[in-house]
Amino acid sequence: MTETLLRIEGLKTHFFTEAGVVKAVDGVYFDVRKGESLGLVGESGSGKTVTALSVLRIVPQPGKVVEGKIEFEGQNLMDKTEKEMQSIRGHKIAIIFQDPSSSLNPVYNVETQLKDILTAHAKMTKEECHKKILDLLNIVGIPEAEIRMREYPHQFSGGMKQRVAIARALALEPTLLFADEPTTALDVTIQAQVLELLEDLKKKMGMSLVMITHDMGIIAKMTTRVVVMYAGNVCEIAKTEDLYDHPRHPYTALLLAAVPRLDRKKTLSIIPGNIPNLIEPPSGCRFHPRCIYATEKCAEATPLLEEVEQDHFVACYEWKNIKLKGESKRSD
Amino acid sequence: MTESSFIQVKNLVKYFPVYSRGVLTKKLVGQVHAVDHVSFSVNKQETFALVGESGCGKTTTARVVLNLIEPTSGEVIIDGENIFEKFSAADKQERLKLRRKMQMIFQNPYGSLDPRMTVSDIIAEPMVIHGHIAKEKRADRVYELLNLVGLEEYHAERYPHEFSGGQRQRICIARALAVEPEFIVADEPVSSLDVSIRAQILNLLADLQKTIGLSFLYISHDLSSVRQISQRVAVMYLGEIVELADTDELFDSPLHPYTQALIEAVPIPDPKVKNIKARLKGEVPSPITPPSGCRFQPRCPRAKPSCAEKHPELFEVKEGHSLSCFHG
Repeated sequence: MTETLLRIEGLKTHFFTEAGVVKAVDGVYFDVRKGESLGLVGESGSGKTVTALSVLRIVPQPGKVVEGKIEFEGQNLMDKTEKEMQSIRGHKIAIIFQDPSSSLNPVYNVETQLKDILTAHAKMTKEECHKKILDLLNIVGIPEAEIRMREYPHQFSGGMKQRVAIARALALEPTLLFADEPTTALDVTIQAQVLELLEDLKKKMGMSLVMITHDMGIIAKMTTRVVVMYAGNVCEIAKTEDLYDHPRHPYTALLLAAVPRLDRKKTLSIIPGNIPNLIEPPSGCRFHPRCIYATEKCAEATPLLEEVEQDHFVACYEWKNIKLKGESKRSD
Repeated sequence: MTESSFIQVKNLVKYFPVYSRGVLTKKLVGQVHAVDHVSFSVNKQETFALVGESGCGKTTTARVVLNLIEPTSGEVIIDGENIFEKFSAADKQERLKLRRKMQMIFQNPYGSLDPRMTVSDIIAEPMVIHGHIAKEKRADRVYELLNLVGLEEYHAERYPHEFSGGQRQRICIARALAVEPEFIVADEPVSSLDVSIRAQILNLLADLQKTIGLSFLYISHDLSSVRQISQRVAVMYLGEIVELADTDELFDSPLHPYTQALIEAVPIPDPKVKNIKARLKGEVPSPITPPSGCRFQPRCPRAKPSCAEKHPELFEVKEGHSLSCFHG
């Protein structure tokens, strides 16, 4: 059994807006093991980003973690003071955001931005700092780092900016890295470069990576285990191959079947309806209004995650009664 | 070109001028080579896709084809008529008639619907402009169109903000269909939508093509959706078409090194296929000063010195499969 690095139990993060309470994350359970690549997949509004922000305790106003336990290296992060959190952020847990253009500060050059992180957490001489920054930029593959470190974010292309953001996240060698849609804003060929870089760095540094994305292709390529989220809940957790071979949750199966693939044409199945409103989410299982297998019970009570085989959890009352097709076995 | 081709695009060029920033002076310092001698045709009832990364000129091509922006040079021929000539010469009535043949669906369904109009006003507006449907019949036609795109009649009196992204895209499609066009340009119609909604819209477009017999020019950077929906594909790089073939042929046996690299970079949603490779180093050069010779040459794994000297032209390798590469 591999060691658990992060355990999230019953996390609820709600946003108190004028229109009502948005239950963005509403009872999320999963853990991240040491050194693994975990995928967090779901559509917009499924709560995957808010989950990551909750772990770092940087949920923006008017959001608030209202319930739950976030255990990191055996300590509950919810009990930490803001000051203690500051020494965890960046140092132990770091995050890369989707849009590198807005996550880098436009008025500071790259060197200054990286220096801020390094000096905030450790005492360093100017020369040490300079050398460390040079190393970091070399590691993330920025050519002519000596010159480019004095340039500003707008002088970098999207892919290069994301490399700078990765350098910044890794500056303090965190043990856990959240990558929140790190390549969504990039072109495919650049995406492939950045994914390769992330995979390399993860191996070299031995950290755990949580890959947040809606792209089932990136999940297949980058992760060994997957957490599938829908409307603020976790509906399935499994090893990546298991999930694609035999998904147990109807939502997972439909999601896989709805994604076109490049290597062959297939019949795209449709998930009827729309993503629910999270101010008044559907009762019971949140997927039941769009689910063809739903029974009365599904509308009444919320299914909890249960282990259906080793390392495979599903939150569905009907999983025993339904046969779902996996992606790898489809031949149409 | 075949008889069944509906639109023929010949040697289309669009350069955007770049001016130096002076206080009082404005000096032309260069040109963005957005679209450079692009030729293709779209057959009747066919979906023809243009793929490429951002900045390759696919959207500009689409806009020039619809004459939403003026071309620098080149021809677009619809039903045997050069539409640029017609647009510049013809009177307003003639222009409207031409416009009715072609419509566009935009990427962002949030930005392309007027928030102060009801859905029925939005869909009826083209009928008002073109006047091809009598006033009394417009309401019925709006309902028909709503049904066609999978919406309900009671949606007609609502406003765009009451709809989700996928539903808004359906409204945009209904609006495009209101003038009974023969040709629709769909510019990244699903890229702003969620995964589960994308399939709905892709299937809707495919169904509409079958039932109404539309021709589509489908613009996208998402190769997987292109494989799903199109019959023929052209791959663009820095303003030029580098390869053009039937969809299955292009994806199963790509010849151009750029096409190959592009295909290899797309992650396949199947953990058993560990395919992706970052074969291309570096980034797309500036279209203001494109590289000499073959524009892909600085990033090409197969480039030879001669590639920087001579510019490869698109030529037919075999029937229906064209390529612009010396070593393909």
